[in-house]
Amino acid sequence: MKKEIIKGRVWILLDDQGRLIEDIDTDQIYHNAYLHITDISQMGQYALGNLKGYEDFPSRAKEGDIIVAGRNFGAGSSRQQAVDCFLTLKIGAILAPSFSPIYWRNAINSGLAVLRCPWLVKLISSHNLETGDILEINVQSGEARNLTRQINFSLEPMNAVQLALYRAGNLFAYGREIAGSKQK
Amino acid sequence: MGQTIIEKIIEQHTQDEVRPGQIVWLELDLRTARDFGGPNVVKNYEREYDDEPVADASRTFFTFDLCTTGCLLRYADNQQICRLFARKQGLKVYDVDWGIGTHVLIEEGLARANTTCVGTDSHMNLLGAVGCFGQGMGDVDITFAFRTGRTWFEVPETVKIRLVGQPEPSASAKDLTLFLLRKLGTKVLAEKAAEFYGPAVEALSLAGRITLCSMITEMAGIIGFIPRANEEARKEMEKFSQEPWLPLQADPDAIYFQEIEIDISGLTPQVALPPSPANVRSLEEVAGKPVHSGFIGSCTNGRFEDLERAARILKGRRIKPGVILKVVPATRHVYEECLQKGIIEIFIRSGAIVLNPGCGGCAEGHAGLTGREEVQVSTGNRNFPGKQGKGEIILASPEVVAASCLTGYLTSPEEII
Repeated sequence: MKKEIIKGRVWILLDDQGRLIEDIDTDQIYHNAYLHITDISQMGQYALGNLKGYEDFPSRAKEGDIIVAGRNFGAGSSRQQAVDCFLTLKIGAILAPSFSPIYWRNAINSGLAVLRCPWLVKLISSHNLETGDILEINVQSGEARNLTRQINFSLEPMNAVQLALYRAGNLFAYGREIAGSKQK
Repeated sequence: MGQTIIEKIIEQHTQDEVRPGQIVWLELDLRTARDFGGPNVVKNYEREYDDEPVADASRTFFTFDLCTTGCLLRYADNQQICRLFARKQGLKVYDVDWGIGTHVLIEEGLARANTTCVGTDSHMNLLGAVGCFGQGMGDVDITFAFRTGRTWFEVPETVKIRLVGQPEPSASAKDLTLFLLRKLGTKVLAEKAAEFYGPAVEALSLAGRITLCSMITEMAGIIGFIPRANEEARKEMEKFSQEPWLPLQADPDAIYFQEIEIDISGLTPQVALPPSPANVRSLEEVAGKPVHSGFIGSCTNGRFEDLERAARILKGRRIKPGVILKVVPATRHVYEECLQKGIIEIFIRSGAIVLNPGCGGCAEGHAGLTGREEVQVSTGNRNFPGKQGKGEIILASPEVVAASCLTGYLTSPEEII
């Protein structure tokens, strides 16, 4: 079972003018040149490889890191690899004001913690959240605490299905759990 | 309580209570995978379910459209992985000779009004053009759908959009779509369904309806419906579905998240500049910008009518020396119609390249990529950095692409004709 409390180092995806990058699309997260890859262990090395300023992300990311991105994260293609590449790197969670609908589902189905947070832009502009800070989040209650700066804020907690899927590990495991009850 | 269209379609496909925000188990009428995502589905399936049969082989398909010449070994390999799985499971493959999967599903009468359909294509929601709730999904979702015939889905809110006024005759469905992207950006429809009303949108042909509905994805929306159609569009849809086109209609007292009116009076050609599809300008503002190549096709603009409109501009003229124009009909059906009506001949005589059907110019499609510093004017739907090679992609209508390839710079079709 996965942890409901996630603690990790923050990576804020900022552009060269220090603004949270919005509409990061799946070609920037996981470029179409590597779509033929079906082995998850090979995907991590390409994570964010086409996002300006973050090409070296895979070599610098650590297990448990928490990514903070702008609105509509994961726009574009339906590729699962754009989620799987973060699973390879054992990324703890991704926070954004909103996610593209397909990316949102793909992440939930694969057990990657994705959480919406409306306060991110404000937290960053007021220097209450910076890259390298240590964040602790509770996916069930939506409570978040920046341990580095001793600041509390809230996230949209996971909904019931999202939480059940996250606890089960992925959609397949969840499907087996509910087999015989709701699912045929 | 009144319901919107998406709520009604979902209600017909679930036992659960339907209201926005509620998560329901949704029955899927069609589940598909492409040569992109498909091999991952096969791999997931065999790992999770071994030799267990798919829920219903007659409703489960592969549609190959990304690399329809198999020119890249990795796609040739992946296509074969899917074929072998399909043979074992008794599934039909719409192979590389068919064309774009979403369009094939419409032409084959599989995707029809009031049905649900999923696939590994983020533009699956273009099926909204015929009133089908199509939804693109990742390979985990599709694997589960293959095995169970269902998935979980959060009922979205609906935004009602009324378009008022009449565009200029020079504006096409793509210009209307790009203009809506300009107005709505990626915020207004984010995670929402949309319903479009008004004379201009209801006058669209099936090709035009597909153009608009395909780019709901670029607006970050779930799906768009155009609940009314003109006689010509209705006839075309009925020709494919072999049944009267009777899409579910929203109740008069349906509850919308938002109702918006957009004035499209005097609309002229629009283009989307890099780095994103919502970065839309009127063509006038940027006319004269040099372009090196053009692409006509894609799930957004690859229908017969799209190609015919471009051919009208190219007829009897030659593409500017040094400019390359690639044309990719969406499907075999479209290709045949172009052939019968002399459209292919016009393209060839103008100096264009015509490739076999498929996605063509998007991602690593068989129409190839753009090189560094190449500027391509394209009828596709995305221009994110690196999406189609290293060049710059400008999104436009088929007419604007054709006109620009004649002159070598962004050109209004009116300047040519």
